[in-house]
Amino acid sequence: MLALYEYTAGRLAEMLRTKETSSVEITRSVLERIDAVEEKLRCYVTVSPEEAVKMAEEADRRLAAGDGKPLTGIPIAIKDNMCWKGHRTTCASKILHNFHPPYDSTVVRLLKEEGIVILGSANMDEFAMGSSTETSHWGPTRNPWNVEMIPGGSSGGSAAAVAAGEAVVTLGSDTGGSIRLPAAFCGVSGMKPTYGAVSRYGLVAYASSLDQIGPIARDARDIALLLNIICGHDPKDSTSVPRDYPNFSNSLDKPVKGMKIGLPREFFDKLEDPDVNRVMKDARQIYRSLGVSFVDLSLPHLDYALAAYYIIAPSEASSNLARYDGVKYGFRAENFDGMIDMYCRSRAEGFGAEVKRRIMLGTYALSSGYYDAYYLKAAKIRTLITNDFRKAFEECDAILCPTAPSPPFRIGEKMDDPIQMYLTDVFTIPVNMAGLPGMAIPGGFSSDGLPIGIQLVASHFEEARLVQLSSAFQKETDHHLKRPSL
Amino acid sequence: MDYEAVIGLEIHAQLLTDSKAFCSCTTRFGAEPNSNTCPICLGMPGVLPVLNRKALEFTVKMALACNCRINEFNRFARKNYYYPDLPKNYQISQYELPISENGFVEIETSQGKRRIGLTRIHMEEDAGKLIHDETKPVSYVDLNRTGVPLIEIVSEPDIRSPEEAGAFLRELRAVLVYLGICDGNMEEGSFRCDANVSVRPKGEQALGIKTELKNMNSFRFVERGLQFEIDRQIELLKAGERIVQETRLFDSATGTTASMRSKEYAHDYRYFPDPDLLPIRVEPALVERLRSELPELPTEKKLRFVNEFGIPAYDAGVLTASRELALYFEETVKLFPKPKMVSNWIMTELMRRLKGEEHGIDSCPISAEQLAALLRLVDEGSISGKIAKTVFDEMFDTGKDSSAIIEEKGLVQISDQGELVEIARKVLEDNPSEVEKYLEGKTKLMGFFVGQVMKVTQGKANPAMVNQILMEELKKR
Ligand SMILES: [Zn+2]
Repeated sequence: MLALYEYTAGRLAEMLRTKETSSVEITRSVLERIDAVEEKLRCYVTVSPEEAVKMAEEADRRLAAGDGKPLTGIPIAIKDNMCWKGHRTTCASKILHNFHPPYDSTVVRLLKEEGIVILGSANMDEFAMGSSTETSHWGPTRNPWNVEMIPGGSSGGSAAAVAAGEAVVTLGSDTGGSIRLPAAFCGVSGMKPTYGAVSRYGLVAYASSLDQIGPIARDARDIALLLNIICGHDPKDSTSVPRDYPNFSNSLDKPVKGMKIGLPREFFDKLEDPDVNRVMKDARQIYRSLGVSFVDLSLPHLDYALAAYYIIAPSEASSNLARYDGVKYGFRAENFDGMIDMYCRSRAEGFGAEVKRRIMLGTYALSSGYYDAYYLKAAKIRTLITNDFRKAFEECDAILCPTAPSPPFRIGEKMDDPIQMYLTDVFTIPVNMAGLPGMAIPGGFSSDGLPIGIQLVASHFEEARLVQLSSAFQKETDHHLKRPSL
Repeated sequence: MDYEAVIGLEIHAQLLTDSKAFCSCTTRFGAEPNSNTCPICLGMPGVLPVLNRKALEFTVKMALACNCRINEFNRFARKNYYYPDLPKNYQISQYELPISENGFVEIETSQGKRRIGLTRIHMEEDAGKLIHDETKPVSYVDLNRTGVPLIEIVSEPDIRSPEEAGAFLRELRAVLVYLGICDGNMEEGSFRCDANVSVRPKGEQALGIKTELKNMNSFRFVERGLQFEIDRQIELLKAGERIVQETRLFDSATGTTASMRSKEYAHDYRYFPDPDLLPIRVEPALVERLRSELPELPTEKKLRFVNEFGIPAYDAGVLTASRELALYFEETVKLFPKPKMVSNWIMTELMRRLKGEEHGIDSCPISAEQLAALLRLVDEGSISGKIAKTVFDEMFDTGKDSSAIIEEKGLVQISDQGELVEIARKVLEDNPSEVEKYLEGKTKLMGFFVGQVMKVTQGKANPAMVNQILMEELKKR
């Protein structure tokens, strides 16, 4: 029999409704699991067990009073870049090592209103800049399938926690693949919704025009349940889109027969890894057996996506991170000579190497005399990529492609080679550049037994279609049911 | 060689919205330091700005009043620089695609009328305030003002003299105040002005090297600062020296300008579109609504006052300098349709008292109705002009009606022909030697006789009648 921490949120919610268990029991089970494996994996920056139990007790009262919502009482972990009033939110950075936000982010408010139990905040790359969760000031998170391997990033803590049973579901944020990549590397499901579908209010910004919060879970059903909570218009976020969002759970059992899936040749031309190739081939086979047809198509500007991303994201970051100056909150250098020196030393000592690299890249790209050649050109490429996808979706209902060019790699392997590290996101970045929803689901395993994810991309606000396609896939496969032995 | 000045002005005006530009904090002035703040204007991690539509509407109104083209699609940009009074270390402003461009303002100086071009009017957020401890090397930050909406008005380098600069500023201020979108207070900094100044030989087209002038917090200081700077630059050129492009601070104590260390302020602001705020659309329907809501502006009103009321342009200028004063004038004229007389009384007596008591016209103790009633009494000859001034002061001090004051103090004018003839005869009889001298040709003594009559009547005699009667009585002698 499974322990409570191993169930999906959907199943636990049923058990809560039928009183087979309580939120406190579930929460304690997860907390015990954290006690057992956290030291090995380091999924969390902060765990608040007492508070979690209190929230669980409150959830049980709500459930007993018949006042429960679909996920009331389910334990979740949030990424350490989502403001939670009164709780340390560090972005895995020394510069915010002691920062306690005076307000709740919109997603945290929504979780609280749902009566979800917040366990704590999950580890990540510093300010979400990275693909491996190695740039965290608190040290790397390890892949539950092989602790020598990286879990992917930047939401590595969130994905590893779900894989290891240290949380039932989690929230991550995705700027260039930061939900989908770790979900794929940890063998779980993760979705980056359409830009504007989930409020960014209270999400500590990395690159504002690309950042998007999304769910990480064990299956499509849990993804849908979380989307039902977090998607919605927020007047506090000017980029949030006012529209009606469907009940995503309604798409779980819709047949996919007759759907058309696009296969952009630019994605597959680059594929060298035999394991990834095999997983992609298997995935096509499964969809074909479900009555899906395929169209070959081209996204001609895809090759420029990575380069344009590494102009736009660092440019925005250089401005977004300017506020961390040691004046108001967070880390301040101890010894300095005057105001300017305080700024310089606080930032020099407070930021890690990758963050500094991106701040410098962005500062340079925005400088007068370079703006047109870099930022403006990158913005134009972004428009071209968006148009490419728009055209593609005239021919298909969704796109299927790999999530990453390879299975998870070793801790330390790419830390000294930023270009190699950046290339990890080559399949995920274009989706952010176009603001599209994208979802990674387990597609199989490498010959070394490491998870490999497949990626589905749909047109703007077609999250429901991704839920439908991944749910259909998961009915036919058991990759998402496999658990690492820890 | 003759030189001419080339001046462009950059004006910042605080908008009178209830809440800040991108959060819901109040803009009220004078609260405890850092009390009118929230995570958004404090620049906390994770917060996002949401545009105050009222501030956008105010900006569009000003742009329309200044004949600007409205950019239907405009957007906000980040101006990046580090300073402790700027919590995000960038200011939300506009760069490419401001709310409006290409306008103009008409000014009138001793040299006649001129049109001053406007490059742009855009919206941005204000920074906080640093308070420096004089005794310790410590500074305090007050972020109450952070995020208060500002409009920046940038003129073309069309201004040629400090006088024109003053006229331009006064005109802009009057328009802002008319629109009710800025209180126009230069001393408190809700209306601020920086200037770019250069000089060139008259007739030359190319621009000289400019300096930027800051810290001029009154109209007078702007004019003085510009004059000093123009003279300084001309002297340098005449001595064969070069102008250094730099920022200079005006010192109101000495009336001079001095260089700010230029290096510290050489910024590359790295402007780029603010990704937290989508492009703003100003719908044509909104523009039309705001246009239809525009009040009559100072220039139009001034012109109308000259044409409709026949008062001199100067008077019309003074009366229309504030919307409330113009309204007061018009209301008085409606009740007492002698505009010149009304204008004279407002510009002399009323302005004197208002200035002395530091009252604004909106808190004037004499209503337009009360002033009209007083002037009617003067016009009818019920009281003399001199007594009317006494009555006016009493009205201003007590708020009472003129009729009540006149009755209380028995100030009604004596206009009774018989009574006045009797008094006049008595005066002439009592001063025989003066009468003799008058009859010998010293007609200046008429004033003396009038004075004597007034003395006897305690000033209540109708002066026009007194003159007439005395003349007739003297003729009889
Ligand atoms: Zn505020």
